[in-house]
Amino acid sequence: MVEVTLWSGLKSFTDGQTTVEVEATNVGEVLRGLVELYPELEAPIEAGVSVAVDGRIIASSLTEPVQPDSEVYLLQQLKGG
Amino acid sequence: MDRPNGFKFVGTRPDRPDGMDKVTGRAKFGADATAPGMLHAAIVRSPHAHAKILKIDSTKAEAMKEVKAVVTRADFAEGLTGENWNILENVMAGDKALYDGHAVAAVAATTPLAARDAAKLIAVEYEVLPHVTDVDKAMAEGAPVIREGAADKSVPDGLHANVVRYHESGHGDVEAGFAEADLVVEESFKTEATHQGYIEPHACLGQLGSDGKGELWCCTQGHFIVQKTCAALIGIEASQLRVTASEIGGGFGGKTTVFIEPVALALSRKANRPVKLVMSRSEVFRATGPTSSTSMDVKIGMTRDGTITAGEGVFRLQGGAFPGAPADLTAMCAFAPYALKNVKQTGYDVMSNRPKQAAYRAPGSPMAAFAVESVIDELCKKLDLDPVEVRLKNASKEGTKSSFGPRFDRIGLVETLEAAKAHPHYSAPLEPGQGRGLSCGFWFNHGGETSVSLSLSEDGTVALSVGTPDIGGSRASMCLMVAEELGIPYENVRTTIADTATLGYNDVSHGSRVTYASGLAAIKAARDVVNKLCARAANKWGIDKEAVIWEDGCAKPAGPNAGDFEPLPLARIARTMGRTGGPISGHFEATPEGAGMSFATHIVDAEVDGETGQTKVTRYTVVQDAGKAIHPSYVEGQFQGGAAQGIGWALNEEYIYGEDGRLQNAVFLDYRIPVASDLPMIDTVIVEVPNPGHPYGVRGVGETSICPPLAAIANAVSDAAGVRLTELPMSPPRILDALERQAHG
Amino acid sequence: MSMVHVTATVNDDEVEFLCDPRETLLDVLRDRLGLTGAKEGCGTGDCGACSVTVDGRLVCSCLMLGAEAEGKSIATVEGIADGENLHPLQEKFIEHAALQCGICTPGILVATKALLEKNPDPTETEVRYWLAGNLCRCTGYDKIIRAVMDTASDLRKAS
Repeated sequence: MVEVTLWSGLKSFTDGQTTVEVEATNVGEVLRGLVELYPELEAPIEAGVSVAVDGRIIASSLTEPVQPDSEVYLLQQLKGG
Repeated sequence: MDRPNGFKFVGTRPDRPDGMDKVTGRAKFGADATAPGMLHAAIVRSPHAHAKILKIDSTKAEAMKEVKAVVTRADFAEGLTGENWNILENVMAGDKALYDGHAVAAVAATTPLAARDAAKLIAVEYEVLPHVTDVDKAMAEGAPVIREGAADKSVPDGLHANVVRYHESGHGDVEAGFAEADLVVEESFKTEATHQGYIEPHACLGQLGSDGKGELWCCTQGHFIVQKTCAALIGIEASQLRVTASEIGGGFGGKTTVFIEPVALALSRKANRPVKLVMSRSEVFRATGPTSSTSMDVKIGMTRDGTITAGEGVFRLQGGAFPGAPADLTAMCAFAPYALKNVKQTGYDVMSNRPKQAAYRAPGSPMAAFAVESVIDELCKKLDLDPVEVRLKNASKEGTKSSFGPRFDRIGLVETLEAAKAHPHYSAPLEPGQGRGLSCGFWFNHGGETSVSLSLSEDGTVALSVGTPDIGGSRASMCLMVAEELGIPYENVRTTIADTATLGYNDVSHGSRVTYASGLAAIKAARDVVNKLCARAANKWGIDKEAVIWEDGCAKPAGPNAGDFEPLPLARIARTMGRTGGPISGHFEATPEGAGMSFATHIVDAEVDGETGQTKVTRYTVVQDAGKAIHPSYVEGQFQGGAAQGIGWALNEEYIYGEDGRLQNAVFLDYRIPVASDLPMIDTVIVEVPNPGHPYGVRGVGETSICPPLAAIANAVSDAAGVRLTELPMSPPRILDALERQAHG
Repeated sequence: MSMVHVTATVNDDEVEFLCDPRETLLDVLRDRLGLTGAKEGCGTGDCGACSVTVDGRLVCSCLMLGAEAEGKSIATVEGIADGENLHPLQEKFIEHAALQCGICTPGILVATKALLEKNPDPTETEVRYWLAGNLCRCTGYDKIIRAVMDTASDLRKAS
């Protein structure tokens, strides 16, 4: 299981939880796992999120690997100027 | 970094490949294209900040013999959702005009003057509605609602309908942290909207036939996103629309979306002729993306030894009449430079009757730095602590748990602070009346979808195609990296920005990503070519491919075969490639995800004229981590350009709205960006802490340079005049007000 | 509306054109003569991207009517180089990386050439004030000023 920390603005989608455990080996599975647990997360995830894995911010690639002991944060989508 | 023997080309400063084009006037920008039978278009814009559109009557315009087409919202796709709907609504108003300058109709005619005349003849009947343009007022009870139901579920109950997204993040217990502090400073700040201010107005030339096939030429930071968005907005298939990026006359984030391109295509489809559409400067100001304006509260606690015990920030950003103000990014960047045990940040994305905000260089971060770094400066002053030492003491480094959550990878903030401290500027004596300010800044940087291809010519030169428009000299960097990998002269590489039909998808030139992502892709494509070259040599020599190495532009036998054969230079292999296995080209497609995060420290000296309230920047030094500078001159250029834009933001630039909700300063005379006589030379120090996510260690450099100036100048003004300015811009009237309040306070 | 017939000299070439009396000199250069080197950044004389010289005097071509060009001698960025040979200012701008996007470059080159013809030994402050009518949003002006000062110094040595 991978522990995923959500930004606390998402509490309203997850019954107040900001850390969630999902079964995942890559970023895509993390996102899928989150939506399975909390279907309402689909909207913000579809709108665009980034995932930080061990300090590296993954903006779009769903195939980036995740280890059971990885530090995983869901972040809002990053865009630049 | 995987160049153990150092670099031959990277880090040198050759002439840019498009230099001659740019100094002779032959470079073709957005408005410089023509086509046979071309029509010219003009857009009718709302004079009201908020109004129902009751009727659009184009009878008189269409009666003009020069007029060939008129379009309104009915001529665009229906049934769009999400951000595409927002963009269409911004490109052409639906039921309501949502801000002064909002497009409501467009006309194409045989000459530009006829198009302008015809636009004046299109009669639009409005029912004017109450409006709001200030962020705090837009959140207040009773404010007119811009769009009912626009908020997402993140927004807590009880907030005004104009608050459409909510962000909250952080860790620890800020109240406990404040209790540990010897001093807590809390301050509220406001910043006005600024415009990217690119000198080239938006311009395009579009052609769309009844067969659904189209061509579009435009100035954009990303022609692939233009292709995708235009196709959706006018209802055609993306691959049927070929988009070519012109030379681009500045973007800074403002050319990462579409405004006029779908309009030109819709007019062309109706008129069955090519249509050119060029914005005027006032249209650029009124209808293209400025930044958000902000209202912010920041509270920081510090102990006597300079340790920050807690930081808390509330950031309210209005992003115009659409969701999307980067309140989340503002919140996430605010405390990023510091390793804090207790931190909490809250962001509100607020709608108002202003144009849809667009990205502007590190969107959201400069405002946050203005608030946070001003409060840190106040704390340093009150506790009599050195601003560099305090920042060093609290600085984020590799492994620090960031204010926005994850731990930092290798970052270079400490190195920029050390370099700033060691710079002669930091210890130089000040003239009477001058003050010195310092600030740090942070930006994430971005990778994004990237495709490149590299093809060899028989004469041994190579052509690199990238899909990221060159906004600041990136073609020079691309040529350098390819030359480095292939070991051939810089001049033998030509880099072209390929159109959407000749290369795979590319994300926009934004997020400081081009030298990082297209550069990484160019390196990998060159390595792909090297593999093929080595294979050809191995084949010729009758040895294993693995026994061939590439060195100094030649294939050389290695291992047991070392010295057995004469090295084969690239040009020799290329000359016969058609007969030894076919043309050689390399390519690379990926979404690189290792854009290294970026930090900077700026030092600024300023003097304040107590009579006029004018602030003059007298000395400026930018210290920033570039990871690895590929072409140092253009890295310095990014540092200097960001600083200059920050100086404008800090001192002069602002959107001024009247009581009627109309923009009052939509020309460069009244929206005053820095001119040459406003600025000193801008010193630069390039710090190089390699980014582990790039083969040469590159970090993007384009955006971070605009993050520190707002606060650095506010801190210098405070030092020079003894007044703390909490509103931007620090224009002469605001400075005089502050001086007067101080005199009477 | 009836068109105006105009005869003028542009970069030493005789030109003849018909224009609408409302058209600016910039419109004429770009749309009728195909000289798109001069750019329209504002249309109000604030940005200098359309700088040309008219009978040797620096003007914003967006503030002058095409019809007013009758009998005048106009010089644009396209005429700065001498055939294949770049003007020293053009060379220095490339060498100093004094441009990023390059949209302001034509106007700045025309303006600085006019400055150096008037004042071959300008101070940094004089260059900054002379160029105060030419907006550049990319560079912060640093490298532009250095390129101009360096060119002026070279030209003085050469003369």
